[in-house]
Amino acid sequence: MRYLLAAGLMGAATMAAAETPVLTVLTYDSFTSEWGPGPIIEKAFEAECACDLRFVTGGDGAALLSRLKMEGAASEADVVLGLDTNLTAEATATGLFAPHGQDWGANLPIAFADPNFVPYDWGWFAFVYDKTKLASPPKGFEDLAASDVKIVIQDPRSSTPGLGLVLWVKQAYGDRAGEIWTGLADNIVTVTPGWSEAYGLFLNGEADMVLSYTTSPAYHIGAEKDDSKAAAPFVEGQYLQVEVAGKLAATDQPELADKFLAFIGTDAFQTAIPETNWMYPAVTPAAGLPASFSTLIQPEKTLLIPPAEVPEIAKAAVEEWRAALSQ
Amino acid sequence: MTLRLAALSVAALLAVLILGTALAVALNGGAAGLTAGDWAAVRFSLTQAALSALFSTLLAIPVARTIARRHFPGRGWLITLTGAPFLLPVIVAVLGLLAIFGRAGLVNRLLEAVGLPGMTIYGLHGVVIAHVFLNLPLVVRMLLLGWTAIPAERFRLAQSLDMGAGAVFRHLEMPMLRAVLPGAALTVFVICLSSFAVTLMLGGGPRATSVELAIYQALRFDYDPPRAAALSALQFILCSGAVLLAGLIARPAGFGGGLDRGEAIPAPGGWRRLVDAAVIALAAVLLSLPIGAVVAGGLSGLHELPASLAPALLRSTAVALASSALSVSAALVLALAVARGQRGIELAATLPLAASALVMGTGLFLILRPWVSPEGLALPVTMMVNATLSLPFVFRLLLPEARTLLADWSRLMASLDMEGRAALRWVILPRLARPLGFGAGLAAALSMGDLGVIALFAGERQETLPLLVQRLAGAYRMEAAASAALVLVTATFTIFALLERGGRLVRA
Repeated sequence: MRYLLAAGLMGAATMAAAETPVLTVLTYDSFTSEWGPGPIIEKAFEAECACDLRFVTGGDGAALLSRLKMEGAASEADVVLGLDTNLTAEATATGLFAPHGQDWGANLPIAFADPNFVPYDWGWFAFVYDKTKLASPPKGFEDLAASDVKIVIQDPRSSTPGLGLVLWVKQAYGDRAGEIWTGLADNIVTVTPGWSEAYGLFLNGEADMVLSYTTSPAYHIGAEKDDSKAAAPFVEGQYLQVEVAGKLAATDQPELADKFLAFIGTDAFQTAIPETNWMYPAVTPAAGLPASFSTLIQPEKTLLIPPAEVPEIAKAAVEEWRAALSQ
Repeated sequence: MTLRLAALSVAALLAVLILGTALAVALNGGAAGLTAGDWAAVRFSLTQAALSALFSTLLAIPVARTIARRHFPGRGWLITLTGAPFLLPVIVAVLGLLAIFGRAGLVNRLLEAVGLPGMTIYGLHGVVIAHVFLNLPLVVRMLLLGWTAIPAERFRLAQSLDMGAGAVFRHLEMPMLRAVLPGAALTVFVICLSSFAVTLMLGGGPRATSVELAIYQALRFDYDPPRAAALSALQFILCSGAVLLAGLIARPAGFGGGLDRGEAIPAPGGWRRLVDAAVIALAAVLLSLPIGAVVAGGLSGLHELPASLAPALLRSTAVALASSALSVSAALVLALAVARGQRGIELAATLPLAASALVMGTGLFLILRPWVSPEGLALPVTMMVNATLSLPFVFRLLLPEARTLLADWSRLMASLDMEGRAALRWVILPRLARPLGFGAGLAAALSMGDLGVIALFAGERQETLPLLVQRLAGAYRMEAAASAALVLVTATFTIFALLERGGRLVRA
């Protein structure tokens, strides 16, 4: 009897050990929503990992990093997906991330290599306009400043695209950035807290152009069968945003986390990206890009401040932006 | 005695929730320093909040007075409608206003049609217009409660003394305004002081920055908790100053008790009739236009609404009702204690107005983090924070009436030895039913529309309706977002109207 009981207990213990392991991925809001890539990726990964993939959300990219700093090594997350190249230096400085060890190559417009982060998608920032309302869009920042075209932008102190724009102007114009902002002051209808408010104002006709991505028109073509939106190519070049994922050093599922980072480079993950996240996939799927991406502008020049230099440059550039627009 | 204790413990709990959470945030990092930009934000915040409070209260007087003394078809609905702007989620309200006053809005299209130059709403004046739109109705409601609290016998006496409209204003309405207006102005001032989205979206640029934006940046973007805590402290100091100032101005009206005969307030005839009709018409139009725009904007995407709408709506409703119950009970205890003359409670009841939901949520998160997982915290923390943030409004609504009640009825209650539950059941609850119903509706509505904290740590299946609206908009689905917002506004308004009209029926 005693042996039986012991055997039973042993059985229960092995049962517990064999319970499905859980991989927790911390990501931003729109990634996990039912129309985002989250559900597709969850299904595809669970089909091959014999695990339970759980998404935990925390606002947008910048908020994810804040939350990580808040939780430190106690975070339940194993993988963080949704930081971008403006945040990787700070994220690395926290010491919370482990090297990913992945060797799959991504096709980005510029060389990208970071020991702690793998790219999963990318896009160029651009001003999006309505072709039926604006016949000849401005060709660059100076052209825009000289025109009476009205734009709506995001605040760099609370939004990722807003910060991207400030860095774009900074890299293109260096010491003249403040001057450019002063020239743009009368073109700016207003500054919004985040991307969605700005885009909403643009769609409601409050501005002629909005700061978004070169891929935004693809959404209108793919999801709404509307080809009236376009992105304006700028002579300075377009600023790049690369979105990345990384493994936390404190993870209790290191093998699963590695498996997931490898999975990011596969077609199963990458095919989900274009028409749910409306960005370019980091690795072009075998089947190519969807038709909605075929008419998008291809920038001649890609701008990106090296991620390691961003923390230093961003603070001063945002202050310069604030001072120029506060006069 | 028990009331004193209860009030003290509620006030202490509030202090922990507000100051304790700010302290938890402060202790989570390096050194804090305020920048030149922060001081500019303080200056702008003070300017726009003062102007918003001034215009909201001044313009509310004629509107409230007219509604109080005139009877016209749809009066009950107009009174309910005055609750609406305040119930709109801020972004929705801003979009509604822009549909009327924006660059592509109704007003500019009309101006263009008749060949006049257009107007722009972006700038300090736009921030003030939006705040007046959002808050004037709230002040109207507070004043209406004041007018109905003047015993009908006093108006009859004024008539028998052959007093003119001017004399009635001086002797009856002025003392009531002096009792109610400072608190109302204070409420608007502090709300506007911590306004974030309205200021940013209508301010037109970084000139128009609020302290709240700096707090948001410090917590969500740069993760600099001590800075966020320092900015919070700054908001508390400004708020406390305003509370003290309002306390110096306010005086109880001292009308004495009446017989509760629900007689109409006598209204003057002649040219004043026309003026009053114009005031009503103007108020009704200004209130309903932006709301109409919200409805019109939300109809087209109704077929695109995701399946997750219903559970999100249920979740929001449950959180709203729970936080409303909490908020109203706590506010009743505090208001009765302040009416009895207990000191220091009023500040505790007003402080949450200046509290940042983000700081409170983050602080609770940091305090509770070692014991509970963030996902388990999402809804309870949201409920707690929403209850705390709506308490000052409910308290403001209850306070003048609680003062009147104790002044007029405490002798009778004492002579009958009526205490505790009996007093609550026979005197306090029936006499305070109106502000209690309104307060409960308001607290529920504020919670319904609040996105604040849930966005910090919602899990996969903990979406509230405002969060769903944000997620839809964040994924390009603007039409669906507008429709989800319409569902949110409709549900919010329904809950508000049920609770508020319930309170009015009890007192009918």
